[in-house]
Amino acid sequence: MSTLIDAVEAKHFRQDLPEIESGDTVRVHAKVVEGNKERIQVFEGVVIRLNGTKLNAHFTVRRIAHNVGVERTFLLHSPRIDKIEVVKHAVVHRKNLYYLRGLTGKAARLKERR
Amino acid sequence: MLKAILGRKVGMTQIFGESGRAIPVTVIEAGPCTVTQLKTAARDGYEAVQIGFGSKKIKNTTRPELGHLGHPLPQLEAQKKRAQAVRARARQEARERGESGLEADATNEEAEQQTQAERTAAGRRRARAASSALGPFRVLREVKAEDGATPTVGDVVKADIFKAGDFVDVTGTTKGKGFAGVMKRHGFHGGQRTHGQSDRMRAPGSIGAGTTPGRVFKGTRMAGKMGNDRRTILSLEVIEADPERNLLVVKGSIPGANGGIVMIRKHLER
Repeated sequence: MSTLIDAVEAKHFRQDLPEIESGDTVRVHAKVVEGNKERIQVFEGVVIRLNGTKLNAHFTVRRIAHNVGVERTFLLHSPRIDKIEVVKHAVVHRKNLYYLRGLTGKAARLKERR
Repeated sequence: MLKAILGRKVGMTQIFGESGRAIPVTVIEAGPCTVTQLKTAARDGYEAVQIGFGSKKIKNTTRPELGHLGHPLPQLEAQKKRAQAVRARARQEARERGESGLEADATNEEAEQQTQAERTAAGRRRARAASSALGPFRVLREVKAEDGATPTVGDVVKADIFKAGDFVDVTGTTKGKGFAGVMKRHGFHGGQRTHGQSDRMRAPGSIGAGTTPGRVFKGTRMAGKMGNDRRTILSLEVIEADPERNLLVVKGSIPGANGGIVMIRKHLER
């Protein structure tokens, strides 16, 4: 859009992250603050949604924790993300995998792509 | 030196702050502004500094404004016609004396060249560069100078009058909403949607009592024109200021559409 806006955003983009796609299983190392200490928390799950462009790009990761579905959304370029590991890719036929929310157990598996 | 600068709203985005939190910011193309006039208590009754921002074509500028900014005034249509008539008469007289018209023109060559410089665009540009004329500017606004500061006409004000961490007030014209109903304009709740209601969903309800007072009070909130008002947002934090790129980034939103003219002033502590 505007070059002036691009100039403001430019220094906030992160180049060190791997490319992620819908259906990928990822381990997101997020920085969390507890009291006055900061530690790294790993959130592992399936990317079910990629949204936004430029600095606003964000993605949602879904995992089953203690039999409860948990979804967490991260801003892709956020400095609160220490690193992202892509564990595996999967064959998916749509961008938003909302259908996974209604599925559990074996039905919620995705076919791996190598 | 000055407490204020004019700018153009470029648009909004978000950036990451030091703690990693996303901050909503507005990007403003602020300045450069030129001081065009000093108003003094002795002459004008109050102290102020007039500054200009942006640019516009001379042909779109009124003659009073051109004169104010020190430009030579373009010829009026009537003046052009008169000059033409004078030249035509000179040619006619020369022909009657038996000389060819061309020679008469040659005698006027010097005068002709002068007007040539005025007439061609390049000539006008050269003339302007040589003179001390300012602008013309898209907008002229009056602002206050910092106590003790003595700006002079021709001074250029840039975004470096602010620095990151400062607080500013931003004034602009809000987006026009047209003729808006009471729900949008005043936040009324509208009527019931169910229980047998028809066409009451966005209605204002009662606008007053009955026989006493027998009239609708002045100032009762009703539907009407909304937006396109001058509004000031107070105390916005400056995130970044770069005079080289004429860049000013403030936290939060400011009035008006992208491309709108805004005035940024130092926030007054109250």
